[in-house]
Amino acid sequence: MEEILKKYTPVIGLEVHVELKTNSKMFCGCDANYFGEKPNTHTCPVCLGLPGALPVPNKKAIDWCIMIGMALNCEISLVSKFDRKNYFYPDLPKGYQISQYDEPFCTNGWVELSNGKKIGITRVHMEEDTGKLIHEHIDGNGVSLIDFNRSGVPLVEIVTEPDFDSAEDVKEYLQRLQQIVRYLGVSNADMDKGDMRLEPNISLRKVGETKLPPYKVEVKNINSFSFVEKAINFEIKRHAEILDTGTYPMQETRGFIEAGSKTVGQRSKEEAHDYRYFPEPDIPPIEFSKEEIAALMQSMPELPDAKKERFIKQYALSAYNADLLTRDKALADFFEICCEDSGLVSVHPEPTHIANWLINRKVDITKYMPADVIMQIIEASRVAGVDVDELDDILKKVLEENPEVVTSYKAGKTNVLMFLLGQAMKSLKGREKPEIIKEKLEKLLA
Amino acid sequence: MDLHTLTIKEAKSKLKNKEISSLELTQAYLERIEKIDPKLNSFVTVTKDKALQMAKDADEALSAGEDKPLLGLPFSIKDNFCTKDIRTTASSKVLDDFIPPYSATVVSRLMDAGIVHLGKTNMDAWAHGSSTATSDYGPTRNPWDVERYPGGSSGGAAASVASDEALAAIGSETAGSVRGPASWCGLVGLKPTYGRVSRYGVIAMASSTDSPGPLTKTVEDAATILEVLAGKDPHDATSSSLPVEKYSETMKAGKKMTIGIADDYFDGVDSEVVAKVQEALKLLESKGHTVKKIELFDPKYAIDVYTILMRSEVSSNLARFDGIRYGNDRSYFAEEAKRRMMLGTYALSSGYYDAYYKKAQKVRTLIVEDFAKAFAEVDVIIGPTLPTPAIKIGQADDPMFGEKADILTEPSAIAGLCAINMPVGFSSLGLPIGMQIMGRQFGESTILDLAYQYEKETEFWKQKPNL
Repeated sequence: MEEILKKYTPVIGLEVHVELKTNSKMFCGCDANYFGEKPNTHTCPVCLGLPGALPVPNKKAIDWCIMIGMALNCEISLVSKFDRKNYFYPDLPKGYQISQYDEPFCTNGWVELSNGKKIGITRVHMEEDTGKLIHEHIDGNGVSLIDFNRSGVPLVEIVTEPDFDSAEDVKEYLQRLQQIVRYLGVSNADMDKGDMRLEPNISLRKVGETKLPPYKVEVKNINSFSFVEKAINFEIKRHAEILDTGTYPMQETRGFIEAGSKTVGQRSKEEAHDYRYFPEPDIPPIEFSKEEIAALMQSMPELPDAKKERFIKQYALSAYNADLLTRDKALADFFEICCEDSGLVSVHPEPTHIANWLINRKVDITKYMPADVIMQIIEASRVAGVDVDELDDILKKVLEENPEVVTSYKAGKTNVLMFLLGQAMKSLKGREKPEIIKEKLEKLLA
Repeated sequence: MDLHTLTIKEAKSKLKNKEISSLELTQAYLERIEKIDPKLNSFVTVTKDKALQMAKDADEALSAGEDKPLLGLPFSIKDNFCTKDIRTTASSKVLDDFIPPYSATVVSRLMDAGIVHLGKTNMDAWAHGSSTATSDYGPTRNPWDVERYPGGSSGGAAASVASDEALAAIGSETAGSVRGPASWCGLVGLKPTYGRVSRYGVIAMASSTDSPGPLTKTVEDAATILEVLAGKDPHDATSSSLPVEKYSETMKAGKKMTIGIADDYFDGVDSEVVAKVQEALKLLESKGHTVKKIELFDPKYAIDVYTILMRSEVSSNLARFDGIRYGNDRSYFAEEAKRRMMLGTYALSSGYYDAYYKKAQKVRTLIVEDFAKAFAEVDVIIGPTLPTPAIKIGQADDPMFGEKADILTEPSAIAGLCAINMPVGFSSLGLPIGMQIMGRQFGESTILDLAYQYEKETEFWKQKPNL
């Protein structure tokens, strides 16, 4: 790879489809949560493409698409429209997909990577998902079945400029994107469930050149960040070999094969679809006032970068810890509730202490409540601070105050020890572990 | 019972006064269908048992004192409206065995208003045509002369009312498909403003102009039905949320109007048709209306625009009929649909889109503006509906027949205006002639007002075909 990069610079752009987690589908009232559901139970005339059925756009999905655009620093169009993308496939019941062609909701954004590189966002647009083909054998015959539960689920497509020059940057961008949509609460962005589908396009140019190469290769529908990385690196090597022979790689669409971490050709430029886009006549243009866009901007939750900055300032965290805590919004929220709960306790751990505890012990935040964590921290930090003499004094006092109990203990009723233990813990206000107190008491009574 | 002169208003009062029952009325229409439909072929599907049951239900509701706008009245519905549990073919064998699991909004509203549904009427397959010649179930015959077409695409709808097989019919128009057959069959045919009536559940032809509308004997019947059909539908994003007027009352305003006429709308039109329309204009003038000459784009431009836009939309709208989920496969498409799909696919293709589709959209905008300019000067525009009276069976074979026949209705259709066909007399051969009154978008009350004033003076609808 090093040798290749001395000669060529990769030129990489990315198309990402993110499935939104709205309650209902994009153009009908069907339940959009299809994962694991019985096939064809979340369907209606609209998402089955029955004759006469009409699409009515989901306002929430459009708002969420625009919020993604805002989070990616895009310009938001006050007037947009939907278009029909015409092609045949058995999982596409209308024979066209409702998408956006030349007037997407969001354009011209950017994302800054940790190395300071800015990646241009060409567009963020709204479309609908297709059904799913399932190839099976029934009674020994190969059959293709179609599940339309996914048909019409809202999808947002995010397209970047060809601004990446390495698979590592692509991976960081994807992680950021995943983090952003999760922060916005608009998608689970769960790779395993196909919530994010990735399509890098790759080409190489000679080092020092600035013009875009005269070809590009697109790799379709990858569902893992590391596969994208592998696909890109595989392509870089493949292109370099071809370019070394003095020719250009063929412009085509390829698929990623997990076994062998390689890509294979699927469709060449000549076979490319003519989608015959035209404005969707069933949906009037979508218009927003400046006030509506401003209100949407106001409703945006705090995004990862802003939260990280705030954590550094508000909780005096190190940049490193703030970064770790804000990667996952759930963890960041957990941390903040811990800090709040901690404030309620008279002698309480500081946020920096809580942050370290959460990070170092890799606390499973799905198993504990923030209050539990605070108690753990308090307990752990106080055990060490109890003075042995003080402990002795308190325990002796407890025994003096309860002579009858001591007598019955000595007479063989050993279970009264628990009463003495309780009295001692009360006096100690929980400053020592019960096992240690018990041990001491036993010694004193012996 | 004289079915021919029976109107919605009259039938309603007879039902209310218990002079007749809905069952009697329904049986009378079903008998009429049984008797004469073999001659006319107005219906693709007659829903006799369902109709009788609906009539019985209506009679019960009537005795319980229920008051619904169309309670117990027998209607026919064009076969491109999805009807739950009732076969819906759009007169194409592709959908020969298609039974929709849902009803069009128009159908649901009619059912809620209490109609008795007699059956589904024949049409040009997929509404592609202006005669019913392209129906895969054979053409419908014109009740005024069974050797002639009734017009199309809502030809079965028009024939069913003109021949007293139904009290009223629901049709749909993309460009002329209500007005045209109403004209050739001597009926009132109302094409509402685009967006006034929901398209949900209407098998789409050209989505940007499809407009469901009634075919009736009288203006008041049309107004009464429009009150039921019109209004915002949450299932149709293009339906308008403008309030629905009480058309059966607003049509009685008796307003004196300025009527625009444009020479180009009379050019090349059959002389008998021109004469009858001019007679009607004279009559209106004599009643205090003003006729004013205006300039409008030559309607011939609308043919090109309409042909490209409609066929582009058709090519996309028919893509879902792949035979995978329902219906027969694509080999069942007949010639006309295939021609339209091919032309539309071509017009939308990369490299041709700008020259055809985009240009057509631009001209469409000009046509919209042209009408807006005209309506700044006049209240309505009047012209002939079709260039000729009904033509003979077999004379609609030219692939562009429909577009040419509908030349006079296409401009207002692509501008999304409302319009109504009014019978204005008969040709020397005894064939009905129609004129259209075109109004502004959502100007239904205005065109119904003038139509009603004209109807009171003429009552052509009372004349009866000799079947």
